[in-house]
Amino acid sequence: MKKEDIIKPENLVYRRTPVLTDNVMHYCPGCGHGTAHRIVAEVIEEMGIQEKTIGIAPVGCSVLAYNYFDVDMQEAAHGRAPALATAVKRLKPDFFVFSYQGDGDLAAIGTGETIHACNRGENITMIFINNGIYGMTGGQMAPTTLEAMKTSTSPYGRELSMMGNPLKITELLAQLPGTCYVTRQAVHTPALVRRCKRAIRQAFENQKENKGVSFVEIVSNCNSGWKMTPVAANKWLEENMLPYYPLGDIKVSK
Amino acid sequence: MTEEIIIAGFGGQGVLSMGKILAYSGIMQNKEVSWMPSYGPEMRGGTSNVTVIISDERISSPILACFDTAIILNQQSLDKFEETVKPGGMLIYDPNGITRHPERKDINIYQIAATDKATEMGMARLFNMMVLGGFLKYKPIIQDEFMEKGLEESLPERHHHLIPDNLKAVKIGAEIIKPYHTL
Amino acid sequence: MKELKLMKGNEAIAEAAIRCGVDGYFGYPITPQSEILEHLMLEEPYKKTGMVVLQAESEIASINMVYAGAACGKKVMTTSSSPGISLMQEGLSYIAGAELPCLVVNVVRGGPGLGTIQPSQSDYFQTTKGGGHGDYRLITLAPASVQEMYDFVELGFDLAFKYRNPVMILSDGAIGQVMEKLEVEDYKPRWTDEYIKKSFPWATTGKNPGEDHAIITSLELDSSKQEQVNIRIQKKYKECEANEVRYEMIDCEDAEYIFVAYGTSARICQKAIQLGREKGIKIGLLRPISLWPFPNKILEEMAGKVKGMLSVEMSAGQMVEDILLATKHKTKVDHFGRLGGIIPTPQEVLNALETKIIGG
Repeated sequence: MKKEDIIKPENLVYRRTPVLTDNVMHYCPGCGHGTAHRIVAEVIEEMGIQEKTIGIAPVGCSVLAYNYFDVDMQEAAHGRAPALATAVKRLKPDFFVFSYQGDGDLAAIGTGETIHACNRGENITMIFINNGIYGMTGGQMAPTTLEAMKTSTSPYGRELSMMGNPLKITELLAQLPGTCYVTRQAVHTPALVRRCKRAIRQAFENQKENKGVSFVEIVSNCNSGWKMTPVAANKWLEENMLPYYPLGDIKVSK
Repeated sequence: MTEEIIIAGFGGQGVLSMGKILAYSGIMQNKEVSWMPSYGPEMRGGTSNVTVIISDERISSPILACFDTAIILNQQSLDKFEETVKPGGMLIYDPNGITRHPERKDINIYQIAATDKATEMGMARLFNMMVLGGFLKYKPIIQDEFMEKGLEESLPERHHHLIPDNLKAVKIGAEIIKPYHTL
Repeated sequence: MKELKLMKGNEAIAEAAIRCGVDGYFGYPITPQSEILEHLMLEEPYKKTGMVVLQAESEIASINMVYAGAACGKKVMTTSSSPGISLMQEGLSYIAGAELPCLVVNVVRGGPGLGTIQPSQSDYFQTTKGGGHGDYRLITLAPASVQEMYDFVELGFDLAFKYRNPVMILSDGAIGQVMEKLEVEDYKPRWTDEYIKKSFPWATTGKNPGEDHAIITSLELDSSKQEQVNIRIQKKYKECEANEVRYEMIDCEDAEYIFVAYGTSARICQKAIQLGREKGIKIGLLRPISLWPFPNKILEEMAGKVKGMLSVEMSAGQMVEDILLATKHKTKVDHFGRLGGIIPTPQEVLNALETKIIGG
């Protein structure tokens, strides 16, 4: 049997979306970013909006996201992605605009921009990767780091009286009238990937109707930062992250 | 011709708008003008002043330390600006609320009891236009027709019906101003 | 068709933005420049020209909105006063690093810290030497009248797009607040999306099928590549220094002494020149209009002709350092300035010339 006999459309079970570039991703093996990137890109492909989409990359592990999404991309200063997304959408209202940020970027240094973009009801899609740690800078404590969780800046575990509480920013944003769709998803099992993709599709579809901010949190792992194997990290995520950050829709406006 | 004027009084007395009408009228008469207010906390109820310059030539500094004319509407302003009038210059003041009257002997001083007159006539809001009329009697740098155009330009259209009253107040001002000390 | 108006310097900035076809303004209120945002909101340009006007949550958000708008090839701007401009420095550095065009106006007030809301020129160093981190420059224009506040908006955008670099209008509270006669032009249409897409292939205007996607970033982790980026940017700055020096000379033909001053100080100096000439002192004014690039050549030339120069600035002496570099000790140079929001009087300025330069 020749190669050409196997590579036929009817035999195709998986194809890489053309909305991702050929660049090799720098993410650690087992990291959720790659999956999250793929499903965002697939949604853009399936909606046929590649030429009409502008993405905003953050500072953090996904700082180089602009090298992977094959749409026009802007790299934001740390925390400012919602401000960038605001301006792009206001100046190009017929475009689809999404921001992609981690927990330090969105929920610490950029809290002001996050809350105000949501409160103004900017007609954008915000993707928020929550892995409870600063990955890129080497595993420091994040606003979402769980109680007693060890990081390089909480080496004996997060002590609440000294370091504050893990921030449920997604629940907070759901309170704002400017958000229309707020949901918490995960991508560490195939079933959850499919569910998350449906949520992202919804978050992009909402832009067609000028409904306000669609916000998708993805609870993810950081096996390097957590100092675990990918399998152990996913197990730890289920046992520790999900009880504090439960999955599901938090707000769905009609 | 260059006329350098300071107008000073309480916020709410129409100091800034008097200056603005003067400046607008100057533009209508094809003059160069500048209008430089004091700003800051003073804007909110305290004292307020504005420097207005009307000239045939390009205006150098919009901010000045001495003036050809000082138009003074309260005691604090009199205390502050009496000494800034150039020798031979002019000071106009409303005696309402004044306890220490001007003392300079090297300038022309005129009194205009515009507060009293405007209140008496039920035109309290046009008090500043009376003062302006008094000023123009002795320094006729703006002609009547351009004053009317200046009012049209500086007042929002919904207030244009008030222009005749404004012009009347200017006329009354010219009638009630009187010398206090002249050279 | 031209039209005459009486307007504050701040209002002139807003009016110019609407009339020259600016696409977006993002700003945050701060004294003494809030009239800019107020005038824009009052005029509702989104109804007239489609211009976007947004009151942001902070100066930090404002400058980052400007970054994004510029990245789309749009004419976008923000304005603030000194403390707010300090907050924008990170964003300005990113804009310069990503080589994006935009206009920023600083209506300067006295510092440091909260300082005063009164006019000052103490942000000269911050503006002309960079301000944020990294090797970059801001093309800096210093208006001295309401008309120039208006005219420099369009000029600023021309330069910003020519060099793909942020342009700063360095004004001050006095020029912002003064009302003067202003000649305004008719409304120009904004650039169409088609024009932007054709003219600025670097911009994020939507990926073209079969072509590379546009990326706007200031990040380059490979040092050898980053060095090439720096070299390219510096080459651009050299071009700018060769082509974009602007200045005005007043009464310099027979002058024995020269005031060097910009903005409000230049206006005060013009009056001081009149007072000086009445006393028989032949004084002229060299007014830098572009503070960066700085008019080095003409200053060196004048230094060979006059007996002395006085830098008049409402600062503790910032521009005077550039004058000293430019004049290479060919003439006597000193500085006079008032601080803390005090505007010097023309008489004070003349006295300073007499004691520091003529008699000193």
